[in-house]
Amino acid sequence: MSNVPSDLKYASSHEWVRQEDDGTVTVGISDHAQDSLGDLVFVETPEIDGTVEAGEACAVVESVKAASDVYAPVAGTIVDTNSQLQDAPELVNTDPYGEGWIMRIRVDDPDALEELMDADDYEHFIAEEDEG
Amino acid sequence: MTQEELIFDLGRTGRYARAQAPATTAGLSDIPDAFRRKRRATLPEVSELQVVRHYTRLSQKNFSIDTHFYPLGSCTMKYNPRACNSLAMLPGFLDRHPHAPDSTGQGFLACLWELQEMLAEVTGMRSVSLAPMAGAQGEFTGVAMIRAYHVARGDTERTEILVPDAAHGTNPATAVMCGYKVREIPTAADGDVDMEALQEAVGPQTAGIMLTNPSTVGVFERRIQEIAALVHDAGGLLYYDGANLNAILGKARPGDMGFDVIHINLHKTFSTPHGGGGPGAGAVGVGERLLPHIPVPQVGHDDNGYHWRGEDEIPQTIGRLSAFMGNAGVLLRAYVYARMLGSNGMVRVAEFATLNANYLMSRLRAEGFQVWLPERRASHEFIVSLKSEAKELGVTAGDFAKRLLDLGYHAPTAYFPLLVPECFLIEPTETETRDDLEGFVQAMVTIREEARQDKDFVKGAPYNMPVRRLDEVKAAKELDLKWQGDAG
Amino acid sequence: MPFIPHTDEDIRHMLAEIGVDSVNALFDEIPEDLRDPGLPRVPAGVSEMEITRVMNERATGDTLGPCFVGAGAYRHHVPAAVWEVTTRGEYYSAYTPYQAEASQGTLQLIYEYQSMMAGLMAMDASNASLYDGGSAMAEAVLMAVRANRKSKSGRILVPDTANPLYCDATRTIVSNQGLVLESVPSDPSTGVVDPATLKKWDGEDIAALVVPQPNWFGRLEDAAALTDWARRNGALVIAVVNPTAMAVITPPGEWGEQGADIACGEGQPLGIPLSSGGPYFGFMCCRKAYVRQMPGRIVGRTVDLEGRTGYTLTLQAREQHIRRSKATSNICTNQGLMVTAATMYLALLGAEGLERVAAQCHDTTRRLTERLTGIDGVSLRFDGPYFHERVIELDRPAEPVFHQLAAQGVLAGYPLGRHDKRLANALLVCATETVTEADMDRYVDALGQALARAA
Repeated sequence: MSNVPSDLKYASSHEWVRQEDDGTVTVGISDHAQDSLGDLVFVETPEIDGTVEAGEACAVVESVKAASDVYAPVAGTIVDTNSQLQDAPELVNTDPYGEGWIMRIRVDDPDALEELMDADDYEHFIAEEDEG
Repeated sequence: MTQEELIFDLGRTGRYARAQAPATTAGLSDIPDAFRRKRRATLPEVSELQVVRHYTRLSQKNFSIDTHFYPLGSCTMKYNPRACNSLAMLPGFLDRHPHAPDSTGQGFLACLWELQEMLAEVTGMRSVSLAPMAGAQGEFTGVAMIRAYHVARGDTERTEILVPDAAHGTNPATAVMCGYKVREIPTAADGDVDMEALQEAVGPQTAGIMLTNPSTVGVFERRIQEIAALVHDAGGLLYYDGANLNAILGKARPGDMGFDVIHINLHKTFSTPHGGGGPGAGAVGVGERLLPHIPVPQVGHDDNGYHWRGEDEIPQTIGRLSAFMGNAGVLLRAYVYARMLGSNGMVRVAEFATLNANYLMSRLRAEGFQVWLPERRASHEFIVSLKSEAKELGVTAGDFAKRLLDLGYHAPTAYFPLLVPECFLIEPTETETRDDLEGFVQAMVTIREEARQDKDFVKGAPYNMPVRRLDEVKAAKELDLKWQGDAG
Repeated sequence: MPFIPHTDEDIRHMLAEIGVDSVNALFDEIPEDLRDPGLPRVPAGVSEMEITRVMNERATGDTLGPCFVGAGAYRHHVPAAVWEVTTRGEYYSAYTPYQAEASQGTLQLIYEYQSMMAGLMAMDASNASLYDGGSAMAEAVLMAVRANRKSKSGRILVPDTANPLYCDATRTIVSNQGLVLESVPSDPSTGVVDPATLKKWDGEDIAALVVPQPNWFGRLEDAAALTDWARRNGALVIAVVNPTAMAVITPPGEWGEQGADIACGEGQPLGIPLSSGGPYFGFMCCRKAYVRQMPGRIVGRTVDLEGRTGYTLTLQAREQHIRRSKATSNICTNQGLMVTAATMYLALLGAEGLERVAAQCHDTTRRLTERLTGIDGVSLRFDGPYFHERVIELDRPAEPVFHQLAAQGVLAGYPLGRHDKRLANALLVCATETVTEADMDRYVDALGQALARAA
């Protein structure tokens, strides 16, 4: 079973979202997502200061056999990206909710976060996906 | 097998093949210093024998059609007749400069013109251009022509290209290169395109549909005429991906099915060499609608002989695709092959490619392997799913593939099409004997037996190759793309 | 039935195994009205002996005398060993090296090729080749737009001294993606771009600048100044170069303060026969930072389970078979066999041999054009540093003279009026190391006689 921390929000495209005290959110991909991708060899992060729409592909995680888009779970402005991933993409595999974070977004509309799944919903969601 | 050093490591300062360069270094003094190279390039410093020996030894580390059965699905790895090579490499052809006037290349142009005519006939299209240099470029050309057609009619609202979910990856990549959005159409359980989904997807936004027929799942699209009518009625055009043309050569023609444009992989159906990844040739054929947009140059023929037709004769052309006239030498090889086959031989190609595929499918099924669409006829290729082997024995299609190498068989295409789990796409081609096919069946049976005894043994394969399984994660993460000299 | 091994007994046995009574029955899923169309316009098959006779006749009819045309394709000596070894079946009839363990020969060779090209261009990395020089320039333009993430304009500056055929191919390939190629005018008296011309674009959003070296007229551009301008203005530099020239001319990686970002061009001069225009190969090198934006196949060195060195295709996630509609390009196949030949060519020549070839080409062209400009009615169109091509100006339109000399077996050069009416009297001439004194005599005599007649 993959790890689904209860204090985070989740998108159906397998990103997690953590609300920070300064009004921004930190975004990464879930343990379930990193596990199904396998060893990552590269992470392409977005340009800082760029704006993103909810659902917009803005980063790419790449394994040997696959490359997957990471979608912005909410609309906003990119305020920071994890520069460590440049040389150590494996952090997404080893610590997806910590050192393996991908980007931070200043959210346009904080209410939009309510649209995302909580941990329970997400656990059900991936269980159903596995069956289908 | 011993490891072969890099050519750079064999070198010694000051050595080179002295017979191959001018005896003296001529004066460069009139080129000002500011333009001159300061440090010599890093290149090998070896003798002629060292080069010949090194690259001969390296060649021996390859599987090839000339050395092994090579049933790669969708790649048509059949015998490449030697005459095609030697006749394309006659000095008169090799020495001819591309800017030499047409009047001095009538022999060469005659071959290409006749090839255009034969390809038009066997595909049922109005006209053929040999300009594209590979299948992917042929695809690009085809979709670019579809776009040019709509634009010329002022029909600019068409933004989508329809592509079946089982299609080759080049199809969606090509559509995007031509500025289109891609809409995927699911495959029905019987292997044909899901007609209901197609009906829903087709509309005024449809620029065209890209289809392979027989499809990438190895069966003939039975309702192709219905699909053609549906797409045409909506104002869209039909693109035929010729990857599987070998299956129907002379037996059925894309033009008759209703396709408006086709590319032909000459390195598949017309047996020009794959060369370790090229050069290919992706001739395109068009029907009436796209005739004005065909790429240049194209060979024309009139009372004065043969000539290259350019933009002056084809003003609405999508343009040129290369600096010259495509992969001319490859086209000569295809021409020789087509002439040796002739009309009868072409039909036989499809018949025996299909016979071999259906036979191999029957034999594997008889040995207990799961064929993906057992109720359907195989085209020139078919799918075996190793899902139950993966589940019950713990060995995947990838493991089977690697162990096949040990047993002297190149692996079939694995994990494509994406919609069949643990699959092999197997294309034996018409040039293999029944004994070769039987040998492959026995190898598959042997591997399954080995897996029953000791799955880890199979998972550790290959053992007899120059290297064992490679660390691809290391290759992608710690990029080592060139020799770094003694420092590296 | 050429190349089909089946005996009647095989066919009977195989049909029985399948459970059908004829080969035709295997096609019963094809709608009947589509089946067996007949191929009246395809002639009957011929034997190898017969087709050999046809091809020999045709090839002999196409044989020509000395060649003074370059313009993108160059007649060089090709060592016999190159094609003897390249056409070994193990290279000739192998597929793309997807099964790395069974393709170590091709893979190691490509790794060596990448090393040689990167060395020749003084760049960080090379791919495994593209189709040809023209389409390589198109792919370089698309790559530069992807790689230059600061630029949003899709505007590319292309000097009018770039190969016009490459520009045509590039327009065809990139035109549906909203990119704009803007022309940078050259100085009509020198045939090169005056770097000051670029001031017009100072401060504007330009994705990339194309720098041809040598340029279409054989002249050497001030690549350093052009590169430094691009750097200051946030544009990437795409070098389009002749690989033979790079043995003696400053390579792209050393242009200006920081070098070019992408280097590409036509690989034909490296051991590939002229062959009426193909197959050739395009090469492409780049800075390390842009490797993931590079189209086409790339080979990397790694280790196997037992720690032995091995080679494999890498960075495949960029490619169409995985990334589908989001791939860097739709390209799959490269020009593998041509690269096999070029690798052997470069290994045989080495840096010193290639330098000798380059120097000889330059020297032969210098001597030829000195003699040609001694003829009444012939002058030099552009003076200044050049590599192995120069533009001469006749006292009359060049096109008819070109055809007149061709009829006598001499390819006198490339008539530049085909792309620019102002150059209607100009011929672009090239003399490689293969040109002999006797060839030159023949050309000088023929041109002298042609021009002696009233225009």
